[in-house]
Amino acid sequence: MKVYKCFRILGWDFTITPVRFVLTGLVALMVATVVLRLLTGFQYVTNLTDETPWGMWIAFDVMCGVALAGGGYSTALLVSIFQYKEFHVVARGALLTSLLGYILVMAGLFLDIGQWFNFWRPFVSWGYTSVLFEVFWCISIYTTVLSIEFFEIITERILRKKLHRYIVKILPVLVVIGLIFPVMHQSSLGGLFLIMKERMFPLWWSEFLPLYFLLSSFFIGSAMVTIETTLAKTAYGHEIPHNIMLKLTRVGAGMMFVYLLLKLYDLFEKHEWNYVFQGTLQSNMYCVEMLFGILIPLVIIVSPLSKKRGGLLTYATLTVFGVILNRLNCVFTSMYESGSYFPGIGEIIVSVGLISLGVLIYCFLVENFNIIGNERAVQVKIDKDKDIKNLIWALLRTKRR
Amino acid sequence: MAVLVDITKCIGCEGCTVACKRYNNLNFKAKPRNVKDDDNVELDDNRWTVIQEFHGEKNDKLRFVKKQCLHCKEPACASACFSKAIQKDEKTGAVVYYPDLCVGCRYCLVACPYSIPKYQWNEQFPQVSKCQMCSERVSKGDAPACVSACTTGALMSGDRDELLKKAHEIINSDSRYINHVYGEHEVGGAEWLYISDVPFEELGFKDVSNVPVTSYTKSYLSKVPGLAACWALFLSGIAFYNYRVDKNRKSHDDDDQDKEG
Repeated sequence: MKVYKCFRILGWDFTITPVRFVLTGLVALMVATVVLRLLTGFQYVTNLTDETPWGMWIAFDVMCGVALAGGGYSTALLVSIFQYKEFHVVARGALLTSLLGYILVMAGLFLDIGQWFNFWRPFVSWGYTSVLFEVFWCISIYTTVLSIEFFEIITERILRKKLHRYIVKILPVLVVIGLIFPVMHQSSLGGLFLIMKERMFPLWWSEFLPLYFLLSSFFIGSAMVTIETTLAKTAYGHEIPHNIMLKLTRVGAGMMFVYLLLKLYDLFEKHEWNYVFQGTLQSNMYCVEMLFGILIPLVIIVSPLSKKRGGLLTYATLTVFGVILNRLNCVFTSMYESGSYFPGIGEIIVSVGLISLGVLIYCFLVENFNIIGNERAVQVKIDKDKDIKNLIWALLRTKRR
Repeated sequence: MAVLVDITKCIGCEGCTVACKRYNNLNFKAKPRNVKDDDNVELDDNRWTVIQEFHGEKNDKLRFVKKQCLHCKEPACASACFSKAIQKDEKTGAVVYYPDLCVGCRYCLVACPYSIPKYQWNEQFPQVSKCQMCSERVSKGDAPACVSACTTGALMSGDRDELLKKAHEIINSDSRYINHVYGEHEVGGAEWLYISDVPFEELGFKDVSNVPVTSYTKSYLSKVPGLAACWALFLSGIAFYNYRVDKNRKSHDDDDQDKEG
């Protein structure tokens, strides 16, 4: 049996697999593109124009990134405030994904601003009439809080004697602060679109936009935790009981139902049903978003399908797809003329590179710190990882015969 | 300071666009970046004002429309800017851009209901570009460069209320005019006002509501501090309650152990 190479350098485990090799290559490609972007501006790297000033970096990296990172706060809210103690097993993994998500969002934002050396201006020159001002402050503070919270896990291994007990002492306060700011800025990300009333397609613009974004970040959070634990299971053989995952996603699905009711109320209140079925690109995208992102997942979660792992995973995948589509629709479909924008190669390379970087850091941290249940006992897990892969290969081979 | 544009008097000589480029040191040689489907050139980073040609619905009327920033009374771009790089000058009414403060997030481009602000996409450190209503000239009491260059009297500058009065007088005295001053109420009103004898929709003017778009963000942001405070109180309350419950349970357990001991 082949085993992945694992190097122990200065006591840290570095595992090398073919996938990680590719990911590292993608990250290197991204670094080159980033340097080009920072030195030459937008012209060679992006497809942005005056008609489409916000592109993939804002719509996907930032809007979707923040939403996907909602798992951290939604799990923390359930575990430490509403005392769902059994969800504690996923809390650390969710925290790490959120932290990585936010760091990548900040990186994406930094690349997207034209005068990047001026990024600190809003800290000094307060444009308090702007929703973006609130988003900026909240994301900055929340990322700091998340980092300190995560430092508790780091100090379990390094600087244990010096720092760990102090961080454990302030942790309860941090948890509360770390629940105020994400709720504020998740809703404010929706609030960003309030000022675009004259430009957005009426199906997406609503005065409830902040609430929509908050609710959807909550239910995409639990869906993302489901996907993440499934991935961690295949890669590290770390299993979480199905009934816990089911309970967690059901809380999210409850929020999703509220979201659906609000959307319906909006449609009736503003008499927008004629827009829904007019057959244009916008109305079709809206139907796809609502059908596959909201209605089908809701049906799955109340049906017996959810009792199976596959069913729950389908629910989670569709939910994530739906929310991503919603964010992309808010920026692209509702504001730009069809076909006027498609991300440039540079934009795609950077987005893919950022995600690869996230995956690499996640793997490194999980293999070196107590995050998904075990203290860093890596080798066994990698063997298991191999076992599962061999099993899949064996199955495929038998099928071919 | 406001400007009234009488579309019937414009002959499309482009004197105003040349004056604008000269006064603001814009590049004469730059090729138009944004050309619309009807071959009209749109604003871009070297064109802060453009003249657009319209032929009427039946192709029987030729009209020229000067396009530039309308300098709204409730500017969405200034309200959207999170580093105060766009501000409304209280004295002159001009909506002015301060490049030193600009981060380059382009929220102003997306927020403007008329899609006026443009971006220097070819620059290394790009900035936003839009009409500044020649704020330095205006603060000295002069008219904006384009208005001074206009030879036919299509552009008139002056006090907004007086110009509005004049606009309505013109409309009332001549039955050919459409009874609508574009810019009087649009998204809360603007410093630039237009009167015309051809319906505005046929001249590329956007049909917008009279509610300033800034009112939506204002009403949202006014609720945020209160809601955040309630949420924070609620969270700390529950957190404290949980803490007490835990503590009581522990001391209870300790008591039990003492009794057993």
